[in-house]
Amino acid sequence: MAHTTHTVKRYSGLMDWLTTVDHKKIGVLYLIAGAFFFGIGGIEAILIRIQLIKPQNTFLDAQTFNELITMHGTTMIFLGVMPIIFALMNAIIPLQIGARDVAFPFLNALGFWTFFFGGLLLNLSWLIGSVPDAGWTSYVPLASTTYSTHHGVDFYVLGLQIAGIGTLLGGINFLATIINMRAPGMSFMRMPMFTWASFITSALILFAFPAVTVGLVLLMFDRLFGGNFFEVANGGNPILWQHIFWIFGHPEVYILILPAFGIISDVVSTFSRKRLFGYSSMVFATILIGFLGFMVWAHHMFATGLGPVANALFSIATMLIAVPTGIKIFNWLFTMWGGSIKFTAANLYAVGFIPTFVMGGVTGVMLASAPADFQFHDTYFVVAHFHYVIVGGLVLGLFAGLHYWWPKMFGRVLKEGLGKATFWMFFIGFQLTFFVQHFLGLTGMPRRVFTYLPNQRFDLMNLISTIGAIMMGIGVLMFLWNVLVTSLKPANASNDPWEDGRTLEWTIPSPPPEYNFKQTPLVRGYDAWWKEKMEGNTEMQPAEPVGSIHMPSPSILPFFMGIGLFIAGFGFMFAKDDFNNALLNGLFNNYVVAGVGLLITLTCMFLRSVIDDPGYHIEKEELEDKGVKA
Amino acid sequence: MSAPVHADGQWPHEPEKATLEGRNKVLGFWLFLGGEAVLFGTLFATFLALRNSIGDGPAASELFKLPMIAAATIILLASSLTSVFAVQALHQNRVKSMIQWLIATVVLGFAFLGLEIYEFVEYVHEGHTFTTSAFSTAFYTLVGFHGAHVLFGVVWITILIVQVQKKGLNLVTAPKVYVSAIYWHFIDVVWVFIFTVVYLMGKVG
Amino acid sequence: MMKRWHAAKRLLPLFAGLVLLLSACGREDLSAINPQGPVAEKQYGLMTLSISIMTLVVVVVFAISFYVIIRYRRKPGQNDIPKQVEGNHKLEIIWTVIPIVLLLILAVPTAKYVFAFAEDYSKDENAIKVNVTSHQYWWEFEYPEYGIRTAQDLIIPTNKKIAINLRTQDVLHSFWVPSLAGKMDTNTEGNLNKMYIEATKENVYRGKCAELCGPSHAYMDFKVKAVNEDTFKAWVNEMNAEPKAWTGDPAAYDKFKTSCLSCHALDNSQSLGPNLKGLGSRESIAGIMLNRDNVSEPINQDLMEQHLREWIVDPERVKPGNAMTNGMTGVEFTDEELDQIVDYLSNYKLDSLKEINKQ
Repeated sequence: MAHTTHTVKRYSGLMDWLTTVDHKKIGVLYLIAGAFFFGIGGIEAILIRIQLIKPQNTFLDAQTFNELITMHGTTMIFLGVMPIIFALMNAIIPLQIGARDVAFPFLNALGFWTFFFGGLLLNLSWLIGSVPDAGWTSYVPLASTTYSTHHGVDFYVLGLQIAGIGTLLGGINFLATIINMRAPGMSFMRMPMFTWASFITSALILFAFPAVTVGLVLLMFDRLFGGNFFEVANGGNPILWQHIFWIFGHPEVYILILPAFGIISDVVSTFSRKRLFGYSSMVFATILIGFLGFMVWAHHMFATGLGPVANALFSIATMLIAVPTGIKIFNWLFTMWGGSIKFTAANLYAVGFIPTFVMGGVTGVMLASAPADFQFHDTYFVVAHFHYVIVGGLVLGLFAGLHYWWPKMFGRVLKEGLGKATFWMFFIGFQLTFFVQHFLGLTGMPRRVFTYLPNQRFDLMNLISTIGAIMMGIGVLMFLWNVLVTSLKPANASNDPWEDGRTLEWTIPSPPPEYNFKQTPLVRGYDAWWKEKMEGNTEMQPAEPVGSIHMPSPSILPFFMGIGLFIAGFGFMFAKDDFNNALLNGLFNNYVVAGVGLLITLTCMFLRSVIDDPGYHIEKEELEDKGVKA
Repeated sequence: MSAPVHADGQWPHEPEKATLEGRNKVLGFWLFLGGEAVLFGTLFATFLALRNSIGDGPAASELFKLPMIAAATIILLASSLTSVFAVQALHQNRVKSMIQWLIATVVLGFAFLGLEIYEFVEYVHEGHTFTTSAFSTAFYTLVGFHGAHVLFGVVWITILIVQVQKKGLNLVTAPKVYVSAIYWHFIDVVWVFIFTVVYLMGKVG
Repeated sequence: MMKRWHAAKRLLPLFAGLVLLLSACGREDLSAINPQGPVAEKQYGLMTLSISIMTLVVVVVFAISFYVIIRYRRKPGQNDIPKQVEGNHKLEIIWTVIPIVLLLILAVPTAKYVFAFAEDYSKDENAIKVNVTSHQYWWEFEYPEYGIRTAQDLIIPTNKKIAINLRTQDVLHSFWVPSLAGKMDTNTEGNLNKMYIEATKENVYRGKCAELCGPSHAYMDFKVKAVNEDTFKAWVNEMNAEPKAWTGDPAAYDKFKTSCLSCHALDNSQSLGPNLKGLGSRESIAGIMLNRDNVSEPINQDLMEQHLREWIVDPERVKPGNAMTNGMTGVEFTDEELDQIVDYLSNYKLDSLKEINKQ
């Protein structure tokens, strides 16, 4: 192909990060933003636990406590762990499928910036002083303007809508990437488990996020424009919110946990030096879990009173999920069986994940039994259950993934000794925090209480729980310390630093060049790289000769589109406020601010449509110059 | 891509899928419509849950005037047909014809919007405002979301018409026109559901 | 050796949990795993069944885990390539079928009890009907058959089904008496729920709101006082009698009437705030300041008076976000008036409850 040479602006420094459309850099951006929000959510968690360290504690007042639990849940789920999942997906999936890029590099950047500005908007509620306080589930009527008169819930609905757009775009991008961008020979049934899990997760995002977006829009219309969706006096129905929220909310749980399943599969298999046991049943189980995930939302609503028929059906549907989950657990165990297990920090997290997640799984089955759930529901038993799943499952999985792929992302192996110490600190802290909470719930402690009376036999268990939480906090700080000291080391990780790598990401330099693969690899089987290694090859067979590589141009538009939505969010939120200031009143009350924000975003969309992106080429000579082995 | 025509110089059978970018765009857009389907599905479910909660406001059967709705429906269905013709012209590389069909689509889209705005203004006069009842809120939200999609669609297609006139029909612009046509059909399908669920079911009670 | 120790350490939380489990089944009047009525007992039965099945699963998984971790760890210098196994159909079928069987064992009683607990006793002549209305942050109990209304302490006879209609006056709350029955949400009009409870023993059971309802969610406690049938009848009669006469200063009574009775009632009529009838026989002030900690002790009169005083003087401090804070704006009591109001209310006792209150 003949092509004209375009001179493309290539930025450096800050502008490089603001304009990048490189999935690896976007992965790093997701990681930094996710870690930032995870930190905020973690501090909120520690404050919650300090308040509950003893009965009738006065460390926090009731209102602040409700704000903290609301923001802790919302931040951790939407802004903490999901971006870290996206960080790993961005950094790794194109490499695992042998692609040079994602399907939509521009959209990918847009997804990040909308997520980021949505999250920022939500968290600015702390600075502005009216914080969401109706729980991360924001049940109406508590979240309606009648009972929540300040802007807290407005931050929630607007922030999450904007962040949700970003997540949805990310999901679409990864679906298209995995369907269209696989290297020759990389059939679906040869894809690594992490890619498979991310594929299903992306599909769940695609079908679940629009539901919550609608829910948030309805709540926003009620709160900002006097709508009646949930206003009982005008015929609205608060239960509708619960249905919409959980139709999204339950798949969300699987959106979170499936990538962890994928990470664990890859890590366990790598460090056992064994092929993943029962690969095809693993794939099937993942799909089945994703499918069933949409069928069980009402198990969050047994105590809402849906009637015995619905409760019985949703009970049984929920129990069914245990079957594919069980398949996964045993497949992991039998992957290790007969293997040669190396306990790196990454593998410690993965191996620690298995029994911990089983704990969360079995309590999940217990909760599925509706009559018993009448007792468990909205108690600390539930708190223990979902933290076992999300922290004991997902967060341990993420730590495993971060340790495992850190060298691929940054060219440096995290310090192993420190990593293992961190694992034990975090793991023991986790068990201390949440194991006792099962019993707190069973013996009568409801969740979301800002304090409790003495003499109810809650004191000791709450104390243990708080000590555990502090240990987890120390664990996270140790991880950050590890990141810091590691970043001071020279970036000298080899292509395959664990030496047991099985998949394509370990065939290219750490960190990879911007085009990932100098030559697109030819995939000849599952565990493509392992197969080549076992046949004595030192590199993949190329599927094409070395040639010039086309790359997309960087763009600042995604950043401004995010900012536009951010401004519009503020504009809508304060449209009815009196600022005691003619200028501000004029700007906000006439929707000028909201309009300007939307205009910025729409103008950027327009520009994106009319200005063609010719991209640029990395020429053959340049590839040879770098002397990079692909 | 900088190469405007196919490698062998021929206009390909499916120009929207002739490049990887084009294939990605078409696939990605179908996925996006999957999400849109859930979005409208949720809005429909909400409407169905609340459609009888009319409070003190007018009921659907008193409100809706089927002739006008039928006219709007015919207009929108016709616009889907014109966009089919546009895509046919696209496949045959008949640029002028394609642009004419696209203009027809946009005109019909604006006509539909005009009718819808007229309808809404009428309803407001009859005391059926956004805040009247749960039914009215759900009605304006569902139908309004659709209307906003139509508005976005006509603006988008207009921009594409100008683009094609300036840059010509090539492997960069072809996928854009093609996905805008899928979008337009999707909006049309949603309207068929709105016509049935909101208007017909509203009329019969 | 170190690895073995690490493995053992992982068991520690389990042991610790078992110790905690044995030592703390929780308070008899509060714990779901120490059931005191047939509903809670059946729920506990289901929990035990599911816990047993799940313990089996956990034991199997943990056993395989530990075996694998210890047996197949890579020794220093070991560099062989293990056999690459694709899978094993027999094993995979086993670990698909066995969980299905285990789930069936749990699913059958689950379905059975779902329907059992949905039984509607509101038409049953032998059942006592109660309309429970939740408010931010207190509980209203109406007995439609007897024309009685009370608050915070639900008085029930033992060994009788109590058919409960649940509704809320404001936001969603959830009615939960762990030792008697699981919870059910109090919804808004159009989605109202029914449930039933039953207590076998005379006792005072602790109830809690289990749905986030605002700042004082944690303080939205109530009590279920189960008494024998005769006591219950006596209580009904007493509640239907005229309110206790004010014996103090008539001027203070006027103040009491205008300031307190504008929101509260002394008869059985509906009121904005909790009904005050027989307040001196209640287990708590404001639902959260307990007048005794255990049914084995007598209700502490001094403590009650102190609580009542604290509550009237600064309701916001006791229960943040409650409606009385607003209701009391502009109301100032002299010490004399306060003394008389506290004296009247705390001594407004019901004879029928003296025995269980040990007053």
